[in-house]
Amino acid sequence: MTGDAPTSPSLAEDLKRLEEIVRALEREEGDLDRSLALFEEGVARLRAARQRLTEAEARVRKVLEDAEGALRTESLDDD
Amino acid sequence: MRGELSGLKVYQSGHWYFTLRDAEAQVRAVMWKRYAPPAEAAPPDGTQVFAYGIPTVWEERGEFRLTVTELLATDRLGKAQLALERVRKALERDGLFDLARKRPLPSLPERVAIVTSLDGAALHDIVTVARKRWPVVELFVVGTKVQGAEAAAGVVRALGIVNRLRRIDLCIVGRGGGAKEDLAVFNSEAVCRALAAVVVPTISAVGHETDITLADLVADVRAPTPSAAVEMALPDRTDITRHAAGLALRLGNALGRGTRIAGERLARTADRLEAALERQLEGPRRDLERLKAQLDALSPLRVLERGYSVARDGHGKVLRRRADFAPGAPFQLRVSDGDVAARADGTS
Repeated sequence: MTGDAPTSPSLAEDLKRLEEIVRALEREEGDLDRSLALFEEGVARLRAARQRLTEAEARVRKVLEDAEGALRTESLDDD
Repeated sequence: MRGELSGLKVYQSGHWYFTLRDAEAQVRAVMWKRYAPPAEAAPPDGTQVFAYGIPTVWEERGEFRLTVTELLATDRLGKAQLALERVRKALERDGLFDLARKRPLPSLPERVAIVTSLDGAALHDIVTVARKRWPVVELFVVGTKVQGAEAAAGVVRALGIVNRLRRIDLCIVGRGGGAKEDLAVFNSEAVCRALAAVVVPTISAVGHETDITLADLVADVRAPTPSAAVEMALPDRTDITRHAAGLALRLGNALGRGTRIAGERLARTADRLEAALERQLEGPRRDLERLKAQLDALSPLRVLERGYSVARDGHGKVLRRRADFAPGAPFQLRVSDGDVAARADGTS
């Protein structure tokens, strides 16, 4: 189906959350358990973002509408 | 009469007053409200027109005047100009050019819709720049004719499809450069209204640096060319990677700071624990002192200190009764600081 969304969070979401985590840790008054949990989440988000940034390859898809009005996409990457 | 329109004024009453001129002469003219189109449709000065009317005399001034009943642009350009003005006024009246409705572009778009011709140079430029700049992006191309008779309907349909795509961050609509007449589709009222109805922020990229189309005024952002639109829309991967690296550094530092504070707190807690133990131990320690004193008091040595002494025979056996002392027998007398050799003289 057209426009199927990725299930993983988007890069924008990862970076936004990472910023929140860094700010929270910078403010954190020293609940060690909480700090460690935030840190671990931050590392995971960072890893996901880094992977997206280094491994992604821009994809191009053509959107088509069939006679019934349903949408589908076709890769245009071999242009 | 045929001439160029000049000094047109539309009064509150709805009457139009203007001058018609050609290279050699000019004549003042009036078009009464019942003949005049709505004020919005007033053609701009310089429009070449055919004017149908009757010659009249303006008695107050003793002036000859043409009373016009119909005004037609002489050429296609003039007609197009009139139509354009009409559309512009209509869109303006409906607030489609209002700056207040301009939406900001998303900072990190990942799914971008492109409305353009599938065979045009515009698409090639867009893909090339996107690949170089922001490989994270996925482009959804909705193809349409962008010039010719069917173009307006095609673009309207394509914009409708964009609204049905899921999770789109941004829409770029445009074409490469073309003749001025080829831009007509982006001045079409239907296209402009469809563009305004797109649910995500829009960038127009009509590829005509000098001419601004109505679609440019309706879009959230106007780009001079399709490549420029992509550069405005997409961040540079290098910048974002650097930003992520900065966040990684701060993350590490922040945890370091967090754990240091936690460590200090832990140390303070340990201090308090020690102090509490100290307090709890104080009582028993006092009891112990008291007990020790009592034990000391009971110690036989302390009794000796008070002047008592203990007699024992050579085997250490305590001599408690008179019968224990044989006459002339030696014994040891234990006093506070040691033993004294003694002998019994007899019994009294």
